[in-house]
Amino acid sequence: MPTAIEFNNIGKQYRLGLVSTRTLSHDLNRWWQTAVLHKEDPYLKIGSVNDRSTVADSEYVWALKDINFKVEQGDVVGIIGKNGAGKSTLLKLLSRVTGPTTGTIKARGRIGSLLEVGTGFHPEMTGRENIFMNGAILGMTKAEISRKLDEIVDFSGCERYIDTPVKRYSSGMMVRLGFAVAAHLDPEILVVDEVLAVGDAEFQKKAIGKMKDVSQGQGRTVLFVSHNMGSVRSLCTKGVLLEKGQVKFMGGIIETIDEYLVADTLSGEKIVDLISNCKEGVAIKKIFVNGSQSTRLTLTSDGLDMHIKILGVLQNAQKLSLEMQVSDAAGVPVMLYSKNYGDSPIFPAGEFDIDEIVRLPKGMMAGPYCVDIYLTNSTVEGIVDIPRAFILEIADCVSPSGYSLSYKNNQGYMYLS
Amino acid sequence: MRKSSENENWTTVIKPHNGLFEVNLKEIWDYRDLLTLFVKRDITVQYKQTVLGPLWWLIQPALTVIMYMVVFGGIAGIPTDGVPQPLFYLGGVCMWQYFADCLTKTSNTFVTNANVFGKVYFPRLIMPMANVTSNLVRFGIQFGLFVVVYIYYAIIGMAPSPNWYFLLFPLLVVMMAGLALGFGIVISSLTTKYRDLQILFTFVVQLWMYGTPIVYPLSQVAGKKVLGMDLETIMCLNPVTPVIETFKYGALSAGEFIGWGWLAYSLGFTLVVLAFGILIFNKVQKSFMDTV
Repeated sequence: MPTAIEFNNIGKQYRLGLVSTRTLSHDLNRWWQTAVLHKEDPYLKIGSVNDRSTVADSEYVWALKDINFKVEQGDVVGIIGKNGAGKSTLLKLLSRVTGPTTGTIKARGRIGSLLEVGTGFHPEMTGRENIFMNGAILGMTKAEISRKLDEIVDFSGCERYIDTPVKRYSSGMMVRLGFAVAAHLDPEILVVDEVLAVGDAEFQKKAIGKMKDVSQGQGRTVLFVSHNMGSVRSLCTKGVLLEKGQVKFMGGIIETIDEYLVADTLSGEKIVDLISNCKEGVAIKKIFVNGSQSTRLTLTSDGLDMHIKILGVLQNAQKLSLEMQVSDAAGVPVMLYSKNYGDSPIFPAGEFDIDEIVRLPKGMMAGPYCVDIYLTNSTVEGIVDIPRAFILEIADCVSPSGYSLSYKNNQGYMYLS
Repeated sequence: MRKSSENENWTTVIKPHNGLFEVNLKEIWDYRDLLTLFVKRDITVQYKQTVLGPLWWLIQPALTVIMYMVVFGGIAGIPTDGVPQPLFYLGGVCMWQYFADCLTKTSNTFVTNANVFGKVYFPRLIMPMANVTSNLVRFGIQFGLFVVVYIYYAIIGMAPSPNWYFLLFPLLVVMMAGLALGFGIVISSLTTKYRDLQILFTFVVQLWMYGTPIVYPLSQVAGKKVLGMDLETIMCLNPVTPVIETFKYGALSAGEFIGWGWLAYSLGFTLVVLAFGILIFNKVQKSFMDTV
């Protein structure tokens, strides 16, 4: 397959803070250094990595840096990553909404971008007029739109209101109309930001279906950004994981989602480091799962026990019970463990340890799961929260005839035999 | 590694910087339907949900002319080169309004369209071009009013006769459009970062009108001196002055022909400011989304 898009050393630098008089002085300095002295831009050398949560040490930040990858024709690439990892910036560069600071992007074929549904809709104009307006903004010609008009109106399901100004539309109808136009744009490369997270369930299904048609049936290249791992998994074939403005991983979509999940969890080496909320007067010292403090646990179908041991200190007597939630890679909760649900035992002040064995059901499908650990006063309050405490890998689930089963193949979570 | 022959069929290459005059005319041509749609939108949307609708296009200049007749003709007593006041003012107002509207709207291109520009790519130059075109339609209608008033005066036998210089009219309109487009896109490119200019600019446009012979004939300033310099020469340095004066002379035989020299100066000025505008626009359009 020939390459459809090639990112070469792409970087995008932003300035932090407000535009102020210092902007002018920086601009003048930049102009002096580059145009008059013919030196390098002094502000390109500085700039910190794109880490949302830490305090900036420089006035400039690289939203994207050193991005190098290729997308082959016909690939459907899901771009995933945390908020602020640079996903939307990447799509903006590709859509030519803004230019890169360094590097080049090369592409073959018309690029249609869908960063927002219904761009350029004018509230005073009718649905029909707006179809033409929006279509032309997206790069279609009048003849092309006229040809597809019936199809677009039909897809949007707004026939009745097509000659009414869109300011009278409900927001859902507006979105339907916008997506309908965009869906009938026939670019070789389609760039889609999280626009599918709108509209009602019926329309979302329709939208996903259309995207699938476009990518699989017509062999177009699609770049898709979403936080909904479910739709990413069902739509994409390849994945790119961005972290702090850099490509962390690239590969098949399932591997990429796994990597994302793991990367998200492994920000600490030990489970104890992942405590996000701890009530005052409670201290957790160590957490062991099957004797290890690691945030990864692999189990095989002949040993599905998790031995949880938590050591800590209480300042005052406290009702405590262990709860655990098991979710799949997309974050959908699958199981809940709570031995003392609704009635927690009282632990006296001083050192305490919780020691419980959690037995996973036989026939649990293979795949990575994510386990949250909570210490709660049962239904009353959360004492200690450790979301995404560790990754549970069920290595194998095999049918009696020797076939392996995994929830990643949409075979569900339990194998009944 | 890629073979060089394979490298050649990239259809889109996105780089940090554009060449100085790299205007992709073919791309603009490809988007011509968008241009016509923008023009249509500008015209139809403006007076939606008004009772008088497009009549406002005629009411606005009519009211302005009446105001000028009272203030400048009546109270200040400024002569109009022997031309009936309504004709003199209406001609000036139509021309100036076209220039001023194009200029202000073009100068706001980036700021008012930030939401669209931020979401989708199309040649940004389409926007100012659509402005100039939709204003041209409006100008045509207002000029129709001028023609009607002219015919009225011709019937009552008071109309001044036009002369051959009126044949320059199409060129004059193009020059007005070019000047407005050029100045407008320079200002629009600068306002993306420094909004100060936007505030300053509305003021400048008002002052500019008084620096152009709209409400008074150029003959009024002949022979006057400011700081030892000839005021008439200073006023002719304003590139709009020769255009307005030529129009008034051609259509109304008001005053005398300003001279080919000044007209050529104005044309040269238009070309330079247009080229400079496109140059700076090209540079800004790539990254303005980060600063607007």
